[in-house]
Amino acid sequence: MSDRRPLSFYLLALFFAVFVLFLYGPTITIAILSFQGPSGGLTFPMNGVSLHWFYDLFEQQAVGDIWGSFRRSLALGLIVMTITIVVSLMGGMAFRRRFLGSGVVFYLIITSLIIPSILISLGVGILFNILDWDVHWSTSALGSQLTWTIPFGLLIMFAVFNRFDERYEEAARDLGASSWQVVRHVILPLIAPSLIGVGLFGFTLSYDEFARTLLTAGSYNTLPLEIYGMTTSVTTPVLYALGTLTTLFSFFIIALFMGIFLWLKRRSRGVIDIVVQEAE
Amino acid sequence: MNLESLRHTALSWLQLSPIVLILGFFLVLPIIAIVTVSFWGSTEYSYFPAFIVENYQYLFSSHVTYSVYLKTFMFTFMTWSLTLAIGFTVAYFLAFHVRGLYTQIGLFLLCTVPFWTSNIIRMISWIPFLGRNGIANSSLLELGLIDQPLEWLLFSDFAVVLAFVHLFTLFMIVPIFNTMMRIDHSLMEAARDAGASGFQILTNVVIPLSKPGIMIGSIFVVTLVMGDFITVRFMSGGQSASVGRLISNEIGLLQYPAASASAVVLLATVLIMISIMLRFVDIRKEL
Repeated sequence: MSDRRPLSFYLLALFFAVFVLFLYGPTITIAILSFQGPSGGLTFPMNGVSLHWFYDLFEQQAVGDIWGSFRRSLALGLIVMTITIVVSLMGGMAFRRRFLGSGVVFYLIITSLIIPSILISLGVGILFNILDWDVHWSTSALGSQLTWTIPFGLLIMFAVFNRFDERYEEAARDLGASSWQVVRHVILPLIAPSLIGVGLFGFTLSYDEFARTLLTAGSYNTLPLEIYGMTTSVTTPVLYALGTLTTLFSFFIIALFMGIFLWLKRRSRGVIDIVVQEAE
Repeated sequence: MNLESLRHTALSWLQLSPIVLILGFFLVLPIIAIVTVSFWGSTEYSYFPAFIVENYQYLFSSHVTYSVYLKTFMFTFMTWSLTLAIGFTVAYFLAFHVRGLYTQIGLFLLCTVPFWTSNIIRMISWIPFLGRNGIANSSLLELGLIDQPLEWLLFSDFAVVLAFVHLFTLFMIVPIFNTMMRIDHSLMEAARDAGASGFQILTNVVIPLSKPGIMIGSIFVVTLVMGDFITVRFMSGGQSASVGRLISNEIGLLQYPAASASAVVLLATVLIMISIMLRFVDIRKEL
């Protein structure tokens, strides 16, 4: 390829830039508008600049329980994340070989991924009703969210194990490692960065999940349900302040996971070097 | 089967047991519950075991059902074609025009970040753009292109499709980018050497080789839009209906057997659409 970029490059680059603007523009707009003065409204022009609406969030709310729901969403997200990592890792290992019945489970996982989320909400709600169990965010909502996070986690694990260089395992086995030692000292360190990716998916999908939680959270709301409730009753920029804060929180989570990812990646490279050296 | 492979199969099933238990209880049983309850009877406040087909009879005899499905298909088709066009173009740019793996991955991540923030927040963020006094209307007024605010920007079908495209284009970009990154560049060089124009390379090499990614992205977008109820409700201001909204309304009215019947029909529709799409791609091979 020559070094001069063709015209198509510039057209496509412009298209890409417009697309990114389209993705981020609205969110940036509400971030700016959340700094409205006390008499500001939902649209431009800005009516003064203040932190009024953020203070408002931290004060006792007339409607709902934002901080309670935030704590519940955080706890639920962490539980979902942990279960998703462990279960996807085990599932990913299982699918490394073809085995009797693997096709059935595979299609079950695909079904779980593509089933409309309102059906999970409705079905789990009805199931708990028939069993005469109470729906609660830590039981029914947890299970409903797992039907969405585990398939995602597994897809990542499939991709990881498809690109996994089995020579590292063989080298370790040649050195006399037992199969548990191979998992513990070779496979786990090597795929640890990808497990962080699975965790990020698990946490954020749970933290933002709305449809699957709608009928299954019971009387204590999670944050997305709380925000949804606010959209129908609140018409002040306090909604934008909440949006800005939750977006910042998401960015913080992504940055945190990225940091751990890069740190583990550096470490796993160290592991590879050791294994290769030993094998040689 | 020898002992060794028996041991492997047992181990695999042991490793899969948590998934099978979770999906068995929270996916398979709920679907069975929905199918069962769709044949139950209901009063205004409760539902009771029975075996009646009235829920379905009512569903199929009501012209509302057909118009709602028509509308849902329209939303699905428009969202699908727009996300496909945008997603393909973006993935193509990233995979074939951006140089350097780190730049590619960096720009790719830039597209995925918004996916990790709340859908509802992203919907709300259209209000200052599309509202009566929003940025779009005031700019158009200032430019003199219109003399009164456009009413159809927010709380309309236009807003619904716009929000869908905003929320779901990523589901097209990721799989298409993924398959494009695996296309051997020497194939394109070979096509160029053989005298193919840029457009011919696109239609004869890139698009056929990207088909699995396109199909996987389409499956995601189609199922997400078909089952959606919150975007349609929020962005149309409650004025448009979709199958998902129909179900959520029936749930709101505690009409669980009716909601279940609608859910079964929706599930069947989605599964038929997916199985048609799966004919074009072996999904197991793509992972």
